[in-house]
Amino acid sequence: MDPLIIKAIIVLIVFAITLLIATYSTYAERKVAAIMQDRVGPDRAGPMGLLQPLADAVKMFMKEEIIPSVSNKWLFILGPCIAMLTATMTGVVIPWGGPITIGETTFDLQITDLNIGILYLFGVVSLGVYGIMIGGWASNNKFSLLGAIRASSQMISYEIAMGFAIIALVMTTGTLSLKEIVLQQDAGFANVVYQPVGFVIFIICAFAETNRAPFDLPECETELIGGYHTEYSSMKLGFYLFAEYINMFISSAVIASFYFGGYNFPFQHELANALGMSANALSILQVVMFFGKIIFFIFLFMWVRWTIPRFRYDQLMNLGWKVLLPLSLANIFVTGIVMWAMGKL
Amino acid sequence: MNKQEEFNTTSESEKVYNILNLGPTHPATHGIFQNILKMDGEIIVEADPTIGYIHRAFEKLAEHRPYNQITPITDRLNYCSSPINNMGWHMTVEKLIGCEVPKRAQYMRVIIMELSRIADHVICTTIIGQDTGATTGFLYFFQMREKVYEIFEEICGARLTTNIGRIGGMERDFSPVAWEKLNKFMKEFPEFLSEFQKLIERNRIFMDRTIDCGPISAERALEYGFTGPNLRAAGVDYDVRVAMPYSSYEDFDFKIPVGQNGDTYDRFMVRIQEMWESISIIRQAIDKMPEGPIHADVPEFFLPDKEEVYSKMEALIYHFKIVMGETAIPKGEVYHSVEGGNGELGFYLVSDGGRTPYRLHFRRPCFIYYQAYPEMITNGLLSDAILTMSSLNVIAGELDA
Repeated sequence: MDPLIIKAIIVLIVFAITLLIATYSTYAERKVAAIMQDRVGPDRAGPMGLLQPLADAVKMFMKEEIIPSVSNKWLFILGPCIAMLTATMTGVVIPWGGPITIGETTFDLQITDLNIGILYLFGVVSLGVYGIMIGGWASNNKFSLLGAIRASSQMISYEIAMGFAIIALVMTTGTLSLKEIVLQQDAGFANVVYQPVGFVIFIICAFAETNRAPFDLPECETELIGGYHTEYSSMKLGFYLFAEYINMFISSAVIASFYFGGYNFPFQHELANALGMSANALSILQVVMFFGKIIFFIFLFMWVRWTIPRFRYDQLMNLGWKVLLPLSLANIFVTGIVMWAMGKL
Repeated sequence: MNKQEEFNTTSESEKVYNILNLGPTHPATHGIFQNILKMDGEIIVEADPTIGYIHRAFEKLAEHRPYNQITPITDRLNYCSSPINNMGWHMTVEKLIGCEVPKRAQYMRVIIMELSRIADHVICTTIIGQDTGATTGFLYFFQMREKVYEIFEEICGARLTTNIGRIGGMERDFSPVAWEKLNKFMKEFPEFLSEFQKLIERNRIFMDRTIDCGPISAERALEYGFTGPNLRAAGVDYDVRVAMPYSSYEDFDFKIPVGQNGDTYDRFMVRIQEMWESISIIRQAIDKMPEGPIHADVPEFFLPDKEEVYSKMEALIYHFKIVMGETAIPKGEVYHSVEGGNGELGFYLVSDGGRTPYRLHFRRPCFIYYQAYPEMITNGLLSDAILTMSSLNVIAGELDA
């Protein structure tokens, strides 16, 4: 078969799974919140409310589309498009599992293994802020503008600390390719053992990058009435909300691959040998394990959101610039010294 | 704490300010308030509040209503704790006509008033949590307000606008179901309250958000005429229940929690502590509950049984008088105040002997708090302004009357 067609199929599968998980994250979020708050949650559409995401999607499409007459129409439409586009583009470099062999050919369960995968990921994620900024500015609403300003300053501040946290990781792994980072964790410990501080910084920044509580200031329903998407309606609003859930899914996948061994799990080869599993079966099991990790982190995102309050704007900036940034720099420094002392440089 | 100076980088002349219209229909203002804010980025330079969006002319309305029909008006002042308003009004009229309420009715009133104080404080504290982003605390603890309303429903048949009690006592005794619900509530509530405290009280983010947020000094608070939890948070131990005891409050042993800085955190903590005190008062009232009548001997305010109306002439006359609003009231002038959910709720009543009051004035604590609001939020951030509003517990219905 033409390798291009195979790639196209894998792209489609990854895209479909991303959308599916993001859709059901909305359901999961509402259920998790309901359980934590002693409520029932959605239970009308389908058994246990399982069709709720579908109903929501239909509702979003059927709603009247309102474009404010004072807004900049092109940018108003462009905003959610960019948000959605950048959110779905990040899934490209993530390795979902080990190779699968069918007949003669071997398929990598990854769309593409860029040798600068981390840089690509980082670049696309930082483009995401444009969606929010453009959308907030084009609405020509003061609350949206405040939300957009908050979002852009927050994302820029936290991207720096996030970048430094990754630099320390790159120092220990010595590669920018996600596939290699995951493969390295097959043999030894997961990276979180070598980079605990980096992991903490990274996960905090991931919360900020996805605009989730306690960093949901750009949306902040209490004071900004939804922030940058105040003026949006119909599926354009849906795109913004959906992009957030896709970002959450991708962030969980990235956290799992960077720090928790990606699709690897402890004693996988021993288990495969003991059970006499074929390589393909092991790969499929790995995919399942990977999704288990991702779902755990998505749950963590929700758990945090429904537990703690949100920061104030100045406190957020203080945390970003005065705590996380120096900490991540120190982390790089300490990592360097330890590597030098162990003779790995 | 001057945040404006901290961020100030441009000179005064080249500054461009942004005018932000916070309200009248803003989801975070919990009612219909408008604030025109002059903003420098996120910092409030000037605040200009507007009131009167739900002004319903209650004081004028009261001049045209017989005394027992004014009770439903008081329901709609601070609708988070309407029973306190009802009781305050009844006590004012009782003071005017010089009627002694039986002990049992007084104790029942204390229980009802403390329950509604709990409901009021539950709303306020959870809303503070909600405005900082802790939605779970809000929705979880809010169930307790529901339980209080269920008790009210059992006592008087209504939940929010209760119209509970009558001039001279109570309209009926607590039913067995009401006792059962009350006892169940007394068992459940402390657990929920301590759970809520554990979730919010020592949370680092919550403390950072609320400490030094919208503070007011004791002197300024007294100058404005603050009362209730907001004054106590600033460190003044004034409580009407102790200063001018009414309805047998002198029989009960309770503490008055006081704060230090008058900021949002102190207002939150004072309310939490007051809920514990309310619980202890209710418990004492249940234990000491005396037997006896539930209504003073003032038949002109107490609707007789239907059977008696049909069989006794006296009852028929009183029934007619009450329904037509022709009860005679002595001439006079009284002021009576009760410790409402969020401050001293006073009733100034002037009677010229007619069937309706000559003049009735409500001393509404929210009206006073809201005057200090612009001063409290100037030079703060927008987020602080929202939190200050919710921690003052300004209720639009009471503010505008």
